[in-house]
Amino acid sequence: MISALAGFLAQLLHVALVVVLAPLLVGFVRLVKARLMGRRGPPITQPWRDIRKLLRKRPVVAAGATAITTTAPHLACAASLLAAALVPGFAHGMSLAPLADLLLLAGLLATARVALALAGMDAGTAFGGMGAARALSFAAFAEPVLLLCILVLAMIAGTTNLDVMLVSLRDGGVGLRVSLALAAVALVAVALVENGRMPADNPATHLELTMVHEAMLLEASGRHLALWEMAAALQLLVWLALLSALFLPWGVAPADGGPVAWLWGLATWLAKLGALAFALAVFESAVAKLRVFRVPEFLGAALLLAALAVALLFVSTGLA
Amino acid sequence: MLTALCLVLAALAVLVLPAALGLAVVLRAGCSAAMAGLAALSVAALLWPSFAVLALPFGPPWAAALLALDPLSAWFTLLLGLTGCFAALLIVPAPRAELVGFPLFLLGMALALTAADGFTLLLGFEAMSLASWAMLHDRRAARLYLIFAVFGGGCLMAALGLLSAGSGSLGFAALRAAPPEGWTAVAVLLLVLPGVAAKAGLAPLHLWLPLAHPAAPGHVSALMSAVMVKVALYVLLRLIFDICGPAQASWWGVPLLLAGAASALLGALRANMEVDSKAILACSTIENVGLIAVGLGLALMFRGADMAVPAALAMSGALLHVLTHGLFKCLLFLGVAVAQAQAGSRRVDGLGGLLHNMPVLGWTMLVGALSAAAIPPLAGFASEWLLLQALLGAWRTGDALSQFAARPARALVAGGVARGAAAMLRLWGLVFLGRPRSPRVAGAEDAGRAALILPAALCLLLGLFPAVGLGLLHPVLAQWLGPEAVVPASLFGLTAGDAGASYLVLPAAFLLVAFAVALGRTGRGHATAPAWDCGFLAPPPHLPFGDPATQPSGPGFAQPIARMLGRPLLAAREAVAAPGPGSMAPALHEARAADPTWRALAALRRARHSITLQADRLRGLSIRHALGLIFATLVLLLAVLAGLERP
Repeated sequence: MISALAGFLAQLLHVALVVVLAPLLVGFVRLVKARLMGRRGPPITQPWRDIRKLLRKRPVVAAGATAITTTAPHLACAASLLAAALVPGFAHGMSLAPLADLLLLAGLLATARVALALAGMDAGTAFGGMGAARALSFAAFAEPVLLLCILVLAMIAGTTNLDVMLVSLRDGGVGLRVSLALAAVALVAVALVENGRMPADNPATHLELTMVHEAMLLEASGRHLALWEMAAALQLLVWLALLSALFLPWGVAPADGGPVAWLWGLATWLAKLGALAFALAVFESAVAKLRVFRVPEFLGAALLLAALAVALLFVSTGLA
Repeated sequence: MLTALCLVLAALAVLVLPAALGLAVVLRAGCSAAMAGLAALSVAALLWPSFAVLALPFGPPWAAALLALDPLSAWFTLLLGLTGCFAALLIVPAPRAELVGFPLFLLGMALALTAADGFTLLLGFEAMSLASWAMLHDRRAARLYLIFAVFGGGCLMAALGLLSAGSGSLGFAALRAAPPEGWTAVAVLLLVLPGVAAKAGLAPLHLWLPLAHPAAPGHVSALMSAVMVKVALYVLLRLIFDICGPAQASWWGVPLLLAGAASALLGALRANMEVDSKAILACSTIENVGLIAVGLGLALMFRGADMAVPAALAMSGALLHVLTHGLFKCLLFLGVAVAQAQAGSRRVDGLGGLLHNMPVLGWTMLVGALSAAAIPPLAGFASEWLLLQALLGAWRTGDALSQFAARPARALVAGGVARGAAAMLRLWGLVFLGRPRSPRVAGAEDAGRAALILPAALCLLLGLFPAVGLGLLHPVLAQWLGPEAVVPASLFGLTAGDAGASYLVLPAAFLLVAFAVALGRTGRGHATAPAWDCGFLAPPPHLPFGDPATQPSGPGFAQPIARMLGRPLLAAREAVAAPGPGSMAPALHEARAADPTWRALAALRRARHSITLQADRLRGLSIRHALGLIFATLVLLLAVLAGLERP
């Protein structure tokens, strides 16, 4: 009973935390990138200020648009929020832990992507449709990599439940494995593409022809745009939290561990997220954007890495 | 129960009369009532399983025709009853040949699904093929369809002949008592697989599907896609899973797994390139049949390795997908038929913006398209979750050959699922969003509401309560795996195996809706203004729906994937013809793609031609040579006979 209550409290706290943290994380990445380029950069709270400002503004909807434009941002943001609520953060064993299936997580992120693609096509404008076509094409290359990575993790942990996976990766004496490292690299590549990050898409671009994610948002405004920004920030948080839960599972507190353990878990989680966001900013500053039609090669390399991870795992466990 | 089944079959046979008189209204009411009855009967047969066999008072000269409604048959007749009922609601007055074909088509499928002997099975199977062939409009497509149907039927006939060699009878009970062994079993497998693949549209025998399905009237193509290809899969289940018995090696699943995975990717990829919405749906059927075949192959592999729990998981994923795919594909085909009737086109480039004036069609089609795209919490995600879990668990079999097959299958299936989702979004987005592409589209109105709302509601319910569907499925699993078969379902959703992987539909759906509603409280209302479109100029007054060139088109939306994946796999090519400076001729951009199996078919045609030429040379032989040839043939046959007769 006590542990159920603690799990519920931890879950509530986690949801509140991800909502607050997600835009801050985006702000942190932007700040670090600006500093690396020699600019002062906006303060870390700038995305929150933008969202607050946009939330107060009445959206202007394109004349030919349907109810999709007005409902899709809510659905995408809800799916991203649910995904963020499922990925363990400072604690594991929270109330929603039985729900945290990796395939469901992929399904929720696909829901957000689908909502965005439909919203992009809604007004019947050229760039919205182009962005939707590109985003859906990237997904076709990202999904196989994701499934192979899930396979590697499921073979090591014996389940696709994220919470169980985290505990068994931390305590199960898995140790350092080459296949896990390969899967981590492949998953990072998927995360970069799915979040519209640098080698696949430039989040700071102003040139419509090169846009993927932003092209679908060209007609969005006001409250709707705020929800889209929030959804994108939540998805970045989901991917970084997922990477840290799977490949840096240390320091995560049990949900019924009490406030001290929670504080320690929170500190390590923030440190891990910060480190990953910093690495992302450094990586984005160091690489150039790929041509749209070169992205499959990038994801193809990730697919090879993931396949290699599966093969190594077979050999090392003597299954093949 | 079997008496009621006979009544349904007799009613379908009688309905040929009003069809021959051209009474479309009677046919519509009669067919929907008969099919609703069949669905109710199937649910009853699944709730109270019975293995009774009814001998009809007629049949082939050597035995009576047998009928049975065991759980496996009942699961497929449930699909037939539901989708047949919805499709029959959209029967419109048409030429008599087409009207007569419809009840015969339904009768053939029902007969094939409920047959309890090989003769009745083949009779129903061929009646189904012929009746649907008669309803095709396009002669080229009909010929190709007939070639594949004859090939498939021939393979199945030979397989049944081999099976009955042991017992001398064609009744399923007798065949089951004497399952094939050794090389006979392998020969049966090698005959059944191409026979079934030709009818189910599994790669590489899928060529007819994207041609034949668009050539049929809307309600017929709905049934061809939703049920007819599943009847072929039922024959596979009946002959390989049921009659060949449990004592088969686990490599039996490997060809199914590989063909299924290849179909999943190829079908989904082609669905992204087509511009005819029916062809898009037909290609998506290839993809989904591939997914089901992957599940069935995995089930065979797991059973061969004596792993009942994952076998039940794979089997229930495959069978649940049979039902969900049938429902959403029926819905999508019927929706396209309604759109074609009301808006005058079924090319995605001829529609657009239909959600404004056909809201019922648009929203029900969205349910179907998102189900097909495997978006939680709709029906498609539940069955694909089970299939993917089974695929992820395939490493447990520990058999080197199946490992070798399962590795590429995973990547192919995941790519196929993602591409299939993109194809469905492309179809729905181009047809229902954006601006109308013709005045007739702008004036279209909703129609055929019942035939759309009912399957959409079923897709929603089955997505939210997959455990109910799996509960109905339990007797089928028990029939195949014995009493220890467990259904991978729990109170709130689905579970996979012992390791705690679960998909809790109801909490997830509740939270998703709750979050969306909570986010909706951030504000209401909006202003409307012309689309910004990156500052593109407002269209001139003679273009009421804006400049069509600034809206994404079907081939345009397909361009990224055609360049990324279509070039190596489908030989996709693009050509731009730009007129020179000063010329007023329009610039043309042409995109083409070809299915790789066409090349194989062309090679076959060349081989046939050269054989014909060679055989033609025999006519020029002198009488001496001709007599010598006849004598040599005689001696050869006698030698073969002597060899066979030797004890």
